[in-house]
Amino acid sequence: MSDQEYTPKSKAGKWFNDRLPLLTLGAHLTDYPTPKNLNYWWTFGGILTFCLITQIVTGIVLAMHYVAHADLAFASVEHIMRDVNYGWLIRYIHSNGASMFFLAVYIHIFRSLFYGSYKSPREVIWIIGLMIYLLMMAAAFMGYVLPWGQMSFWGATVITNLFSAIPLVGDSITTWLWGAYSVDNPTLNRFFSLHYLIPFLILGLVVLHIWALHVPGNNNPVGIDIEKPSKDTVPFHPYITIKDAFALLVFMIIFAGFVFFTPNVLGHSDNYIPANPLVTPAHIVPEWYLLPFYAILRSVPDKLGGVILMFSAIFILFVLPWLDTSKVRSAVFRPIYRQFFWILVIDVLMLGYVGAMPAEGIYLVLARVGTIYYFLHFIVVMPVVGYLEKTEPIPMSISEPVLSGGADPSIARKVNDKA
Amino acid sequence: MIKPKYKLFFLTFLLIASYLRPLQSAEMIDPIKVDWSFKGLTGTFDRAALQRGFQVYKEVCASCHSMQYLSYRNLGQPGGPEFSEQEVKAIAASFEIEDGPDAQGEMFTRPGRPADKFKNPYPNVQAATAANGGAYPPDMSVLVKARKGGANYIYSVLVGYEDPPPGVNLDDGVYYNKYMVGNKIKMPNNLSDGLVEYSDGTESTVDQMAKDVTTFLAWAAEPELEERHKTGVKVIIYLILLTILVYLSMKKIWSRIDTEV
Repeated sequence: MSDQEYTPKSKAGKWFNDRLPLLTLGAHLTDYPTPKNLNYWWTFGGILTFCLITQIVTGIVLAMHYVAHADLAFASVEHIMRDVNYGWLIRYIHSNGASMFFLAVYIHIFRSLFYGSYKSPREVIWIIGLMIYLLMMAAAFMGYVLPWGQMSFWGATVITNLFSAIPLVGDSITTWLWGAYSVDNPTLNRFFSLHYLIPFLILGLVVLHIWALHVPGNNNPVGIDIEKPSKDTVPFHPYITIKDAFALLVFMIIFAGFVFFTPNVLGHSDNYIPANPLVTPAHIVPEWYLLPFYAILRSVPDKLGGVILMFSAIFILFVLPWLDTSKVRSAVFRPIYRQFFWILVIDVLMLGYVGAMPAEGIYLVLARVGTIYYFLHFIVVMPVVGYLEKTEPIPMSISEPVLSGGADPSIARKVNDKA
Repeated sequence: MIKPKYKLFFLTFLLIASYLRPLQSAEMIDPIKVDWSFKGLTGTFDRAALQRGFQVYKEVCASCHSMQYLSYRNLGQPGGPEFSEQEVKAIAASFEIEDGPDAQGEMFTRPGRPADKFKNPYPNVQAATAANGGAYPPDMSVLVKARKGGANYIYSVLVGYEDPPPGVNLDDGVYYNKYMVGNKIKMPNNLSDGLVEYSDGTESTVDQMAKDVTTFLAWAAEPELEERHKTGVKVIIYLILLTILVYLSMKKIWSRIDTEV
């Protein structure tokens, strides 16, 4: 994976590097040629790494004080908030950190959708990224159960009950997941165990994600293949590190705003009521970042159908690189797709909004329209627009922003094929 | 070319949101908005209001509502009512706390100590429910965080008792409250003018007591609030300064090449 031979200067360094080439890896990461035209939407990879590390570090400290037992969990969270030194800060960073993590991951995913970063030769990066996203949702859901408040309990009940929709074995699977005949202490205990495990699985996948990225190198806003290293690239350090640091700091200011001034605004007040299996909250809603999928789930009158559609909404993304027929990566040069991209953004925001509302009346109608459009975008719009669209002129390189002459994507295609 | 698109999608979203707003939760009226001293980026608690609020809690609420996550020592902590050490000891000692078992295996009672948790009025949830006509008086430790509307909602319910409008029939032990979700509440209106005697000479009107006890409950739910606000201001100032430095460094580094950053 190294681009050029690297020889450590010191004798000890050379001795070590011959046995384990960590220094070569370090040199690769430092020199890694990066397109110089990456905009700020590209800083979210670094921000997401920061989010993961923050969640792991705060989570490990929280686990030192938290008690995963149905009778003690709620009280142990209050113990953290009141008696542990800076416990309130650690917990608020962790709970708001989950939201910031998802905010960043959604921007990261939509950036990929806009600039065609999922397309050849980056399909494997995309698929690993989706696996990370799936694990994030699992970790976030289980983490939300741990304080054992009303939303924890009823959210867990609703989500685990989805598996009972599976024909024949559904009920057995649900009971097996619960470790009981309802969401109860065994459920809480295993969720805690898995909640601690998943971030490390994510960490491993992040390493693969970055490794897979370093094979073809970064996509870029123009979406063309570039020679590396060349006048179109800059070394990762210091150019990208300083830019990522700047973006991360701006992100941290927003993060700190939530943690210090409105730490509970993204949560639900019902989760400060201890779990009570006998009292169902008026509206059971998941955390904001799962709402679009919740809307899709509830838009189908049939339980099994809803579950299938909800999972399809995620799994369809796995085949996206093959649904998109366009030869041009970046939506900057795709006038038609660009419109549909923003319609999809609005559609997902709308689904998120109706997911928070009761599933009735106008909300149900909107949820259904939104769901149908979501699937149409991937199944119909992406393949068809890719074929029919007349794309705009594509530059030969990043340094020459506009191609002289008429619009001929085939030239760019040749450039793409060459690399 | 992206900017107009942003406007488009934000406008569309706002349009949808504003159109849907009036349709939700028609049965609940918005709580009264109070200008609490603890609101805002630098909000702090009014020390005197917290001490008065504790008095209202102790003399009125505590006969039914527990506050099991608070300890008497919390009353002396910075950012809270800040009773003196002697006062905290005296408050704790005024409660008989069950302790044990002793060497003979017997439970016994002793005067409370600052390290003790607030004494529960009932031995368990079932006893509390049975003694209150089938409605459990919720623990008040985090009540302000556990209700939509927070402090405004709690205050509104305390002052929101009214005669039921014609056509609304109430069972025995059920009261009409303008701000309560569903308008029916099993807690009677326990506040009346002059109910408690404030040692600082403040007139104990219903409104004053409701505000004081709500302030106390807001502190109980978020005892870290003042420290959080103070630390937050420092953290954000620090981050902004660091961001400016990093931004300038970035500009300097990127000036070596011809690309804008």
